[in-house]
Formats: sequence, C-alpha cells, structure tokens
Amino acid sequence: MSLYKYPFWEVLMHSFSKEVWEQVIPALGETMYMVVISSVFVLLFGVILGLVVVLTGKEGLFPCAPLHAVLGAIINCFRSLPQVIIIIVMLPVARLLLGQSYGSNACIISLIASCVPMFARLVESSLLEIGKGKIEAAKAMGSSNARILFQIMLPETLPSLIRSFTNAIVIVISMTALAGSFGAGGIGYIAVTFGYTRYQHDLLFATIIVLILIVQLVQLCGDAFSKMILKKRHLI
Amino acid sequence: MEDCFIEVKGLWKTFHNKKESVPVLKGIDLEVKKGEIYGIVGFSGAGKSTLVRCINRLEEPDAGMVRIGDKIVTSLNKKELDLQRSKIGMIFQQFNLFDSMTVYENIAYPLRVKKWKKEDIHRRIDELLDLVGLADKKDAYPGQLSGGQKQRVGIARALANEPDVLLSDEATSALDPQTTVSVLDLIKEINQKLGLTIILITHELEVIRYTCSRVAVMENGELLEKGSVREIFENPQCETAKNFISVYNKLRSSGWDG
Repeated sequence: MSLYKYPFWEVLMHSFSKEVWEQVIPALGETMYMVVISSVFVLLFGVILGLVVVLTGKEGLFPCAPLHAVLGAIINCFRSLPQVIIIIVMLPVARLLLGQSYGSNACIISLIASCVPMFARLVESSLLEIGKGKIEAAKAMGSSNARILFQIMLPETLPSLIRSFTNAIVIVISMTALAGSFGAGGIGYIAVTFGYTRYQHDLLFATIIVLILIVQLVQLCGDAFSKMILKKRHLI
Repeated sequence: MEDCFIEVKGLWKTFHNKKESVPVLKGIDLEVKKGEIYGIVGFSGAGKSTLVRCINRLEEPDAGMVRIGDKIVTSLNKKELDLQRSKIGMIFQQFNLFDSMTVYENIAYPLRVKKWKKEDIHRRIDELLDLVGLADKKDAYPGQLSGGQKQRVGIARALANEPDVLLSDEATSALDPQTTVSVLDLIKEINQKLGLTIILITHELEVIRYTCSRVAVMENGELLEKGSVREIFENPQCETAKNFISVYNKLRSSGWDG
C-alpha cells in the first residue's frame, strides 16, 4: 500500500497485517543472523584491539609507542570512512574470503571492518576510566601484569564495557539495515526494495517498527545488565 | 645511622614533559629506624608522594639508592621487586579499593597474589578484620562503606602479607577530623602491636604531631629539616617549617583543631 493512494492511517494499520509480516519475519531472521554473528566478532576483536591500544599506551602496562601509534592510525583510517564506503571497499575482500560479494556473510565482513575499530575506541575509553590509583595499588601489592588486567582492569570497568557494547550493537543493527541495500538481505533490503523502489509504504512502516523494537530491546537489556552490576556493587 | 631499617640515599627524580624537565626529588637522604613512625610533611607539590613511591618503586628514581633491611630495593629485578613489594604495605588518600570486589575479596587479593591457600586466607582475613574492627563488613562492597571504613579495609589489605613496612600516602587527608583520629589510632596500634615501620606523608601538621616520633619537612624536592617532632615544633629552623608551625598555631588558637 502506497501513501500516494491511501491515507496514512490505513497504510499504518496495514503494516500490521499478516501479508506484510510474512515478508518481514524472514527478513528479520536474516537481520538477526547478521547482527548476532557480527556482534560476537565485534565483541571479540574490539575488546582485544581496545585492550592492546590501552596496554601499549604511554601509561599502559606494556608501553610500546610504535605499536600504539600504528594501531591508532589504522583504527582512525577505518573510522574516517563512512559506512557506505566501507561496505563498497569490503566487497572485494568478501569475495576473496568467501567467494561471493553479496548475501549475509559478505555483509558480516563489512560490519566487522566498520564496527571493530569503532568498538575498540569505546573499549579504550571505558578502560581508561579506571582510576590510576587502583592499578598503582595492585602494583604495590606485587601483582603481575596479567593479574592486573584480568582481575582489576576488566572487572572494574565491566559496567562501562557493557554500555559500550550495547552502543556497538545498536550501530551494528543500523549498519545491517544499510548493508541491506547492497545485497545483504534482511530488514534493510525490504525497506529499500519495497518501501523505496515500489512505494509499498506499509512494508516500510513495518521495517521501522521492527528496527525500533530491536534497538529498544537491546538498549533495555544492556542498561539493565550494567545497572544490575552497579547495584550489586552499591555504586548507584 | 647504624640501626636504620629504611635508608634512602641521594635520590633524584625528574619528570619530563614535552616542554620542560621538572626535578621533583633533588638528592634526598633519609634514614628511618625499625619500628618508628616517620612523618614527612610538606605542601602539595613538594615531592612527598614521589618520594614514597620511589621506596616501593612505583616510580623509578633516576639516581640514588633505597634500602629496606638488607635488601637494596633499587637494584632488584622485576621478580624480586614483586616479592619485596608484598613486604611493603601501602595505603592511599583515595583508598584505591577495588569496587568489583567485596571487603573479603579486597583483602584476599594480595594473599592470592602470593598464592596463599584458601583456608589460610580465610583465617588471615578474620584476624585482619578483627584488627581493624570491621568483622561485620566482610561481605559488603566498598560502595557500602564510609570513608573511614574504606581506609580500614585499605589498612587490612596493606597488612595482609605481614609486611615490615607501611607507606601511608595522605591516608587521612580525605577523612573528617574525627575519622582521621580513629584511623591514626589504628595506625599507632598496629605500629605498637606488630612493630611495623611506618612512613607517613601528609600536609597536615596535626597528623604528624599526633602520630609520629620523627619528622622531615619537605619543600621543592628537598628535605629541609629533619628531627624529632618535639624539636621541629619547639624550634623550627627552616622557613617552611616555621610557616607550617605558625599556620598550625593560628588554626589551633582559633579553635579549628578540636
């Protein structure tokens, strides 16, 4: 149903109809697949990259200025590219790695390339929040660097890391929708192909509703989880 | 001095930033006897914190020597240093407790670093909590404690490995006067009971007067004057000491110091 033919209210009501959702639900499945797989990789690589950046920093546990500078520069390069451009740039990489440059898996490659550097910066700023004094206290007690990292730095900053990861997932979701217009499928594909090209605004509305709901849900869970830990520690 | 337990000789430290080099310690000499509470007093920026951090090498001195007992701290390698550090307790102005751990886990941390057995940790923590009077707060998080209670946990944690030395870096400066007195009483008590050698740095002269036997006055990276607390109070020699004493007396006569 197009807004050019039908009144807004009717189009909106129709976006809840069965025939619309028969198209949206499989697309939602594809989107969730991409979001979940990408988020796992983003979490893994982002935490590792963010940690290495912090640890090799001037005040870090293993100061190494050249590595710190090189990693920072690489992250900045990826971060300066808009998501659309990263998707285009990563298409050949996806073809090289997966043998095809379209579909959900190819999209996951672009999502990782775009979101890992972003999340690494968030991890970095979360880890830098820890008071210098706590690390000093741990050192004064004769701790090894590994112990400081795993038993002090990560647990102390966990609530902030969770909030950062929540933000990262939200960005992954929005980027999945964007990748939909480059053959990735999912919600974004529905919105572009039906909502934009064919004026099927009921489908467009449905995709909007779905995206809002997912993002709300992710944000709600992330906030609740982070708050739960802060409450347990009596910090709020 | 023959019977000195902690000896600092010719300690130099310069901080470098992009524009300039700032000398913070300019050839510090210091001798502390076993079992005494030695105070170092000075205004902020005098270099007190840096000095005390050079003793357990949280800061690496550029030149000079630090000896504790028969160990030359400044020539230990990383592994030996970690071992030595567990024999040097340290408490801080901001307490530096770990918010992600309960009181029990905070105190257990240094013991776990030293690979103590579970039962031994358990027994030791009960002793320590009795000592600092927080037996009922074992499972509380630092977020639930008052400033004074936090510093008591900090002291218990610093004492866990049965150190010979306690370094106190402005440990009472974030506390109200009443709590300050109770924490200082605790410090005096552990000094008596355990025979611990304590170096206490502060910018509050009343803390020195209440707690220490000897004191050094620090200004601009140098120890201007050293002596017994009584000597310094009755007959201050350097301008900084005179300044400190006059401010102290002014505050006292205005009834500020209860």
